[in-house]
Amino acid sequence: MPSQSTNSPYWQGVRDGAPFTLVIVPFSMLFGVVGTEAGLHIAETMAFSVLVIAGAAQFTALQLLTDNAPTLIALVSALAVNLRMAMYSASLTPWLGAAPLWQRAIAAYFTVDQSYACAVVKFEQEPHWPMPARLAYFFGVVTPICPLWYGFTLVGALVGNAVPTGLPLDFALPITFLAMIGPMLRTPAHVVAALVSVTLALALAWLPYNLGLLVAGIAGMMVGAQAEVLLERRKEGRA
Amino acid sequence: MIEGPALWLFIAALGLGTFGLRFVFLGLIGDRPLPAWLLRHLRYTAVAVLPGLVAPLVVWPAATGGTLDTPRMAAALVTLSIGYFMRNVILAISAGALTLFAGLALLG
Repeated sequence: MPSQSTNSPYWQGVRDGAPFTLVIVPFSMLFGVVGTEAGLHIAETMAFSVLVIAGAAQFTALQLLTDNAPTLIALVSALAVNLRMAMYSASLTPWLGAAPLWQRAIAAYFTVDQSYACAVVKFEQEPHWPMPARLAYFFGVVTPICPLWYGFTLVGALVGNAVPTGLPLDFALPITFLAMIGPMLRTPAHVVAALVSVTLALALAWLPYNLGLLVAGIAGMMVGAQAEVLLERRKEGRA
Repeated sequence: MIEGPALWLFIAALGLGTFGLRFVFLGLIGDRPLPAWLLRHLRYTAVAVLPGLVAPLVVWPAATGGTLDTPRMAAALVTLSIGYFMRNVILAISAGALTLFAGLALLG
């Protein structure tokens, strides 16, 4: 049975998710440390990591709360940081939409940058995978990521100031994402979408609530889709 | 800072809201067919969101107080190039990390 082998979709997912432990461990630990320093009980810090399970939004929320920002502002700001999750949700729908509702709900809970990015790349490479294989892959990617997110939040909250210094871990996140983006640039349409996204994200970085990224993302999608239409037309014209 | 029940309410609301964002399309649309133009746009979601997410972190790294930094820029370019040309994520991460360590050791 191929599903028993180490090359099953599940194990492929585990392998593809594994490099992100480089990011997950230091960031979740840092969140634990910051939570304890902000005076949160361990259960409260853990509730953030288990219920929200989104690093950037957790840091944003905690930062605003410790600055005594109005609670509603803190909530809206942290949710705005997570608006990209709705775009991921839409993007996964053509691939996972036919799964039973409870499985879609679990997949939705585990939709983080890393699981989303790995999954769409793989699903496009393996368009004929049946639904169980897609879900197995998705949860495979999640396996080395999300348990560590909980676990090292706890370690950080318990141990306090134990994040190793001297290692340039700040750059683990950009490097792991850039490594994923490279193989995603398969056609000129993908390249222009990425270029538009980068340009607008930098030009609109001054917008509040991380809205620059949202505009950059939507514009990138529109340009990519338009470029695909133009390229197809040109190909048809030549044929 | 808020604490006790107010904090728990906040965490629950943030958790519920975040889940809502993750569930809204996948959960509510399910396998209803989507129009071709929308599917075409969705094919570019990853490549339109992730580069925009990373770009400010590369150009204005928090570790340097937001100033452009040669080792980090070099590491970013090497990672992206290896990922693009070799199509190998692990190789790209390794090459990027090595470039970063070498750059920081040389330029400090």
